[in-house]
Amino acid sequence: MRLLINRFVLGLSTLSALIGLAFLGWILITLFVKGISSFHFNLFLTDLINGGLRNLIVGQLILAAIASVIGIPLGMVAGIYIREYGRGKYAELIRNLSDIMVSAPSIVIGAFVYAIIVVPTGGTSGFAGSIALAIMMIPIVINTTDSMLSLVPKELREAGIALGASKYKVIVDIVIKSAKVGIMTGVLLAFARIVGETAPLLFTSETSNYFSLDLTSSFPSLTVSIYDLANEPEKASRDLAWAASFILTVMVLIINLTGRFITRNKG
Amino acid sequence: MIMNIQKFSFTYASATEPSLKNINLPIEKNKITALIGPSGCGKSTLLRAMNRIHDLYPGNTYDGKILLQNKAGSMEDILEIKKENQFIELRQKVGMIFQKPTPFPMSIFDNVAYGLKIAGVKDKAKLAQKVEEALKGSALWNEVKDRLNESAMGLSGGQQQRLCIARAVAVKPDLLLFDEPTSALDPISTGAIEELLVELKKDISIAIVTHNMQQASRISDYTAFMYLGDLVEFDKTETIFLNPSQKQTEDYITGRFG
Ligand SMILES: Nc1ncnc2c1ncn2[C@@H]1O[C@H](COP(=O)(O)OP(=O)(O)O)[C@@H](O)[C@H]1O
Ligand SMILES: [Mg+2]
Repeated sequence: MRLLINRFVLGLSTLSALIGLAFLGWILITLFVKGISSFHFNLFLTDLINGGLRNLIVGQLILAAIASVIGIPLGMVAGIYIREYGRGKYAELIRNLSDIMVSAPSIVIGAFVYAIIVVPTGGTSGFAGSIALAIMMIPIVINTTDSMLSLVPKELREAGIALGASKYKVIVDIVIKSAKVGIMTGVLLAFARIVGETAPLLFTSETSNYFSLDLTSSFPSLTVSIYDLANEPEKASRDLAWAASFILTVMVLIINLTGRFITRNKG
Repeated sequence: MIMNIQKFSFTYASATEPSLKNINLPIEKNKITALIGPSGCGKSTLLRAMNRIHDLYPGNTYDGKILLQNKAGSMEDILEIKKENQFIELRQKVGMIFQKPTPFPMSIFDNVAYGLKIAGVKDKAKLAQKVEEALKGSALWNEVKDRLNESAMGLSGGQQQRLCIARAVAVKPDLLLFDEPTSALDPISTGAIEELLVELKKDISIAIVTHNMQQASRISDYTAFMYLGDLVEFDKTETIFLNPSQKQTEDYITGRFG
């Protein structure tokens, strides 16, 4: 009887895994077929106003890069604080908050930034978009940093202290160094996670048809433009959306694979 | 006598019962003192009090005195220490080696130089000379002299443990504490470390926790037998192993429990 149940459960899990994989495969195949057929290298050379994607790709990367410049240091410092210095209530509060924020729907973060930045400043801006992405990124970086530091054996810290090093020195010289690869990988995956986001940007940075480096006004975004293009009636726009999705997917895939490659080689 | 523990009791923050009760133990100069006893009797707790590594974790309570000989030759209570720089000084006088090797994620050279740099040695040539000395003193020099800049993580377990000893020896401590330093190692590496300890005691006093009684009888000059947080008997190793005065000690030595 137990054997039967075992087999049944095993069969059921295999089946659901297969269904999941099948859908994923379907999505990827459609994306690649439609994406590659609309793909052209000229897309990298012209802006959306001229039927290309250059401004959008550059814009998306800039938004994600600025978010990283804000989010990674803040997240790492907070992660280090709660793991190494935090005792009791404050650390626990930050940890819980960050757990909740990781799973907060990204549209909510978009709405929040809309309320606190877009409305007061009188309009959408690249700056607001970056902040929204940074807010998404911080809890991911906090959690990775926290859990990677927790993997460093306590004997290693004790060995540093036993040589006369201060707690601060042990953290900087030994603990963070030991967790470096794990933290770097986590940060890269956090970047991959936010670079493909639409919802936080939808009403913070919006998007723009033109090439722009001006963070104080609407800023070109690949994901938001995919959303717009896909909703347009002309086939040409929808084809462009497929090509853009294809490029975005390949970008995220490359970042993810890089992250895994680093872990495997130095983990 | 390099250290003298007097009426020392210790209770962990999370515990209701003391883990050490009224311990009196002298650590003699240039001798090896072994702490033996069944698992959980308080050996590590006592050893870790000797350099106050317990202070990393808040809320423990203790009582009594742990006197350490200072440069002038008089005894000072390390339990009185409060200031950061006094702690640094204490840890440079009393080093510690753990059960599992703890190489830092840096080069072999930087591992050995770590404590020296904290002690304020800046001169490159002087560092290099002291690192070499420490590695030679830890019988590791010949194995690593051509790859000092390689990561310490690439060494074997036994080599890593000798590296940790070199790292501790480099700052010229008065007393070295070992907590089961060979229990994660193969017999050959264990033999190498035992030889090394006997060599080291010419310059440094040693306290070692071991659950291996052969090891205690092979290398130690004095042995303390502990049981359930009490120090049951302390004497010359010969006496403890051949002619113990307590029944409990005899039962443990002859393998009747533990
Ligand atoms: N961090 C701790 N918190 C609470 N109790 C502890 C802690 N570490 C050890 N103990 C308890 O203290 C006693 C002595 O432990 P320990 O010194 O590690 O023994 P030994 O090294 O002789 O095996 C044991 O009863 C153990 O459960
Ligand atoms: Mg122990």
